[in-house]
Amino acid sequence: MKKSMSNPKENRKTKNKTRRHIMTVTWLFTILFVGMIGYITYYSMTHQQELINNSYNGRQQILLAKNRRGTIYSADGDVLARTVENESGEEIREYPYGNLFSHVVGYAVNGRMGVEAQANYYLINSNAPLSEKASLDVNEAKYPGDDVYTTLNVNLQQVASKALGVYRGAIVVTEPSTGKILAMVSKPDFDPGTVEQSWDELREDSEKGVLLNRATQGLYPPGSTFKIITALEYIRENPKTYNNYSYNCTGAITRGEDRIQCYHGTVHGQVNFSRSFAKSCNTSFANMGLSLDRDQFEDTLNTLLFNSELPLSINYSQSRIDVNADTSDSDMMQASIGQGTTAMTPMHLNMITCAIANQGTLMKPYVVDHVENSAGNVIKSFNPVTYRKIMTEEEAAILKDLMADVVTEGTASKLNGLSYTAAGKTGSAEYGTVKGDSHAWFTGFAPVEEPEIAVTIIIEGAGAGGDYAVPIAKRIFDAYFEE
Amino acid sequence: MELYVSEFSKYVITLLIALYTYECFAVFRFSDEDRRKGIYTRQNILMFALHFSCFIVICFETGEISYLFFYAFQQIILYAAIVLFRMLYPKSNRLLINNMCMLSSIGFVILTRLSPEKAIKQFIIVTGSLVVALIIPFFVHKFKFLKGLKWIYAGVGITALSVVLILGQTTYGSKLSYSIAGITFQPSEFVKILFVFYVASALYKSSDFFDVFTTAVIAATHVIVLVCSKDLGSALIFFVVYVLMVFVVSGKFIYLLAGGLGGSVAAYIAFKVFTHVQVRVQAWQDPWSVIDSTGYQITQSLFAISSGGLFGLGLFKGTPDSIPFVEADFVFSAIAEELGILFAVCLILICVSCFVMFMNISVRLNDKFYQLVSFGLGVTYIFQVFLTIGGGTKFIPLTGVTLPFISYGGSSVLTTLIMFSITEGLYMIREDEADALRQKKKKAKRKKKRKAVSEEIMDMDDEWADREESDEEIDVES
Repeated sequence: MKKSMSNPKENRKTKNKTRRHIMTVTWLFTILFVGMIGYITYYSMTHQQELINNSYNGRQQILLAKNRRGTIYSADGDVLARTVENESGEEIREYPYGNLFSHVVGYAVNGRMGVEAQANYYLINSNAPLSEKASLDVNEAKYPGDDVYTTLNVNLQQVASKALGVYRGAIVVTEPSTGKILAMVSKPDFDPGTVEQSWDELREDSEKGVLLNRATQGLYPPGSTFKIITALEYIRENPKTYNNYSYNCTGAITRGEDRIQCYHGTVHGQVNFSRSFAKSCNTSFANMGLSLDRDQFEDTLNTLLFNSELPLSINYSQSRIDVNADTSDSDMMQASIGQGTTAMTPMHLNMITCAIANQGTLMKPYVVDHVENSAGNVIKSFNPVTYRKIMTEEEAAILKDLMADVVTEGTASKLNGLSYTAAGKTGSAEYGTVKGDSHAWFTGFAPVEEPEIAVTIIIEGAGAGGDYAVPIAKRIFDAYFEE
Repeated sequence: MELYVSEFSKYVITLLIALYTYECFAVFRFSDEDRRKGIYTRQNILMFALHFSCFIVICFETGEISYLFFYAFQQIILYAAIVLFRMLYPKSNRLLINNMCMLSSIGFVILTRLSPEKAIKQFIIVTGSLVVALIIPFFVHKFKFLKGLKWIYAGVGITALSVVLILGQTTYGSKLSYSIAGITFQPSEFVKILFVFYVASALYKSSDFFDVFTTAVIAATHVIVLVCSKDLGSALIFFVVYVLMVFVVSGKFIYLLAGGLGGSVAAYIAFKVFTHVQVRVQAWQDPWSVIDSTGYQITQSLFAISSGGLFGLGLFKGTPDSIPFVEADFVFSAIAEELGILFAVCLILICVSCFVMFMNISVRLNDKFYQLVSFGLGVTYIFQVFLTIGGGTKFIPLTGVTLPFISYGGSSVLTTLIMFSITEGLYMIREDEADALRQKKKKAKRKKKRKAVSEEIMDMDDEWADREESDEEIDVES
């Protein structure tokens, strides 16, 4: 006491310091806790769906014991999947269209796929009105799970599936301005209603890959459809002079020991930029590719989402391409015409096509439109989401013109002179070792002025895109514009 | 009917706890207890309403009316605690008592839902502990010799911890407890309090380098014994409490820095040496890759937290029992699942308001020893809350400590109750100090009138000025 008396000022100073430091610690912990509260709230709100789908989470079994799995509808209200009781009172999942929506709607036994997987959270939860739940409680019945409405169009899906016929391949139909997926076909297909019975067979068959959704998971050499991207890069590097481009096609181009030929060895003669594209001249594009800056090309490919994740909530594979500063001339020529080690999914090509049709802006593709409870009230609705502008409006406009020329004077002439205008690019992608075996590609949109739908088609091993893929595109466009 | 009750009650329960939490912080608008009276009364009404609503839901969900009897017993005991505290200690701080009872009642609710048998045990423990807690403020208030017992605190503490290390029962790889006459003790819980007293008594007079060094050796001994017992959570609590107490008493940031640095090095060594530390860190970084082994607990906890939504699934509607040891280490996750994220956030905020009150009392205490004790106990409390909630939600690695008042566990409940009642004693000392100063100031004024100003009075005025300044600081805080 005496000591502190002797120096009151000093004493007071240290005391205040102590107090200040206590306040510092108080603030430190307060901030720490605010951070933790923020984290917990954010984590629990954003991981709800992901965690309920985890197979280690027993809660989905509990929800399923309480709620009947909801119904999946097409855009116009047709039932695509529903749960009903059979004679013995067991619940079964019914798919009225059988094989038609096998990959896109998917199945919900032995794991899940398609919309059944993506919207599982909504299907097994019930937001039925309390009064309905209460009366179901009295009867000891299950609550109805929420219903999921998709963007899928039954008519287009039927036309697409029929057009692909017995071929293996995939078709994607989307709406460029919104990103809505209107149809998605992958063949060979299966009946989701009998997946449980035929599971072992489906699993073991690795040759056909029936369970693979070729539209989003199938990796194919893009062939000539890739010239869209080569052309875009050429325009970017020569914005003023690309129209002065000229090349004399002799049917083949040789660089050292490597030789690139035009399809079936066709000689295109003197071609300019637009004609090279319309006629899909391989030698001209290989020549163009050799002039490109490889670093810059790599950047463009990155913005176009090669070797990267896609804004897609369906299971998909990443497209692959090797172009960088070290790429050899030989590989560069192959890459420019979509051959070599390049591999793309039809969905990815469709997204790039959509961006061209939509002034350079890529919309995030989606298939679940909204969720309703049993009383028809909307629980959750998914609006179109802009992903990013992946090219400028000018670039998109130039590419659009190039693709329109493909229809009017190039390889997709089967789409010319119809009640609607169309634009696109064909491809005949060689694969395997046997010369001449090729996948038929087409990617395009219609009408040219105000694009409403974009279609991407691949038919495995069919031959030339112009001969096999374009007619299918025509049938889909016809069906769409007839409606 | 049952459905309507459970759906409607979700919102009622959330609203009640939200209002209660608001009042917890509204308290800090006023600096004297008299003006807080209305708040405290509202809090009492809200907590009883919440407790009652929860038990009504439990009765509806289980169809067992008998739970209402259990509820009645709880309510009587909690009400008695509130009334007795007020009668015995008119000068006590009622926020801490209210929060103590509120948290205990939340504990009763969630334990009744998880395991009625454990809830009854917990109820008996809380009742017994409350009796102990009622006497403690008196001793703290009256016994002035507590400052001089530093070697006793250290000796008893280290001995108790060492006994566990040597003789203790191993539960799930950690030596935590031993049994005397059928009752299992977990000494590390009680030693926390002794440790705070030790550091406070060793440093309140002087905190020069030599003193800090000596206490550091003793503190390190505690921590090392705990690490050897594999009780990492407690080791961490001791360490953090020590560093922060040294920082506050010395006023030197260098100690904070040294502590942080030393702690990081020690943590790194522990990570390299102990496999069970590596397991914990791995289960924290990526629990999904070890989901069927060491990541099982934490992933199940995350499932629980994410499934409740804002208002929860409702009591008995979720499956918190899928988390191993849910009633001790993961009770927070069970609460988040069934009572909702909003409820869980309010619960955290109530804990924070206790901490702020501890700090508030500490700031205003004039006696450095008591000031340090209040500070140390507050940090012990809040850091433990942080470890258990952060660990169960993957915010930080899991250390396996309990959530004070709510988790099942006798030692934990008794220790926290003692901590709170010690602080009540300190609060009364502070009120005494304030009264004494008021008296002296009055005298001084009278003397001033007679124009006989002595040095002593100037000092008194200084002290008074101190107090006013710190009052202002607290107002800023609130």
